[in-house]
Amino acid sequence: MQPLAKLLEAALFAASRPLPLEELASLEPGAGELALRAALDEIRSMYGEEHGVELVEIAEGWQFLTRREYAETIERAQFALRPRRLSPAALETLAIIAYRQPVGRLEVDEIRGVDSGAVIDKLLERGLIEVVTRGAGLGRPLLYGTTPSFLEILGLKDLEDLPRLEELSVALRRPTPIDEPE
Amino acid sequence: MREQAGFVVELEKFSGPLDLLLHLIREDEVDITDLPVAKIADQFLAVINELGLNQAADYLEMAARLLRIKAQLLLPRRLGDDEWEDPRAELVRRLLEYQQIRELVDWLGHAADVRAERFGRGYEAPPPDAPPAPLHIDLNDVLAAAERVIALMPDPNLHHRVVPRPLDVEGATARINALLAEREQFAWSDVVGPAATIVDVLSAFIALLELAKRSSLTLSQQEPFGPMVITRATPREAA
Repeated sequence: MQPLAKLLEAALFAASRPLPLEELASLEPGAGELALRAALDEIRSMYGEEHGVELVEIAEGWQFLTRREYAETIERAQFALRPRRLSPAALETLAIIAYRQPVGRLEVDEIRGVDSGAVIDKLLERGLIEVVTRGAGLGRPLLYGTTPSFLEILGLKDLEDLPRLEELSVALRRPTPIDEPE
Repeated sequence: MREQAGFVVELEKFSGPLDLLLHLIREDEVDITDLPVAKIADQFLAVINELGLNQAADYLEMAARLLRIKAQLLLPRRLGDDEWEDPRAELVRRLLEYQQIRELVDWLGHAADVRAERFGRGYEAPPPDAPPAPLHIDLNDVLAAAERVIALMPDPNLHHRVVPRPLDVEGATARINALLAEREQFAWSDVVGPAATIVDVLSAFIALLELAKRSSLTLSQQEPFGPMVITRATPREAA
């Protein structure tokens, strides 16, 4: 095992969150991106199928995670518990924000057909979305976007991992402009 | 409603009026783009009839929208009228868009479930429940709250509580009309009876005002806070 791979392995073991490439690069300023990626590949293939944990690319970074098949046993022993599931209302709101970001509350309400203020507050509190900017319209409404935590709880590498709209069975033929009159 | 409930729908299951609409559309296996608005509107109204008013606003708004579209579809239109736009178009667009969101919800939910089966290092048990936000209250709030609680406390001498029910203005109107047919003049106490509830009083009062407006009777009082006298109006006075 290369020294760089060992170093990265130690850092990833020590961290309790996904570490992005830029942060890993700070461990060894001389190493280029290619060398870092090669080291990560080495770690990943070393863990391969032979270990109970594996190196996973998630939330624009890398993290050691346990294998899925042990979830139930670990949970039964209460060493760790699965997080509570998000409500359909929360997932709806997240879906809209993920695809339309930056997006304001009014548009989320419009699409869902219900007031989404409380749901948005909860998602903000959980750190799954954040205020990214303010809109140009009346009252300069807050516009929301998703955070790395959003990618993390869904196990996504980045937003590109989300299904493309045209892959859905009910793809819209025509996108809806935001300022479309009622 | 309960006896005729062919389908029982719990609204808690739905995340909004669009969700409920989609559910009805799927049950009926109809084409969204050729929405049978009249039928769907009736079903929608039947479902929200059971609804408590406080959560109903969004559903009622959708019900009103459905009825407007239904009405627009009933209006005759000239043949070859190119200007005519299907009044359902906007609703259909929203439904399709919402359906897409629902599909994404399934996808996201599944992704979250899969991710939840892998644990990272440094596991921390989730807090049992989000701690309640610190209270900002002053003495007046406390006093007002105490008053509300005291008002809610049942009277120990009370043996029976009358369940509040909606105003029955029609019933009161019928009762007053019966009295009018029988007598030229009568008192307020004849209308409401000796043991009137607040609902009876309100119903009777609204009915009296309405009948007075229609010139079916006249209301008079000899002195402030004196007994109210109800007099049958002479036929020629009736509008």
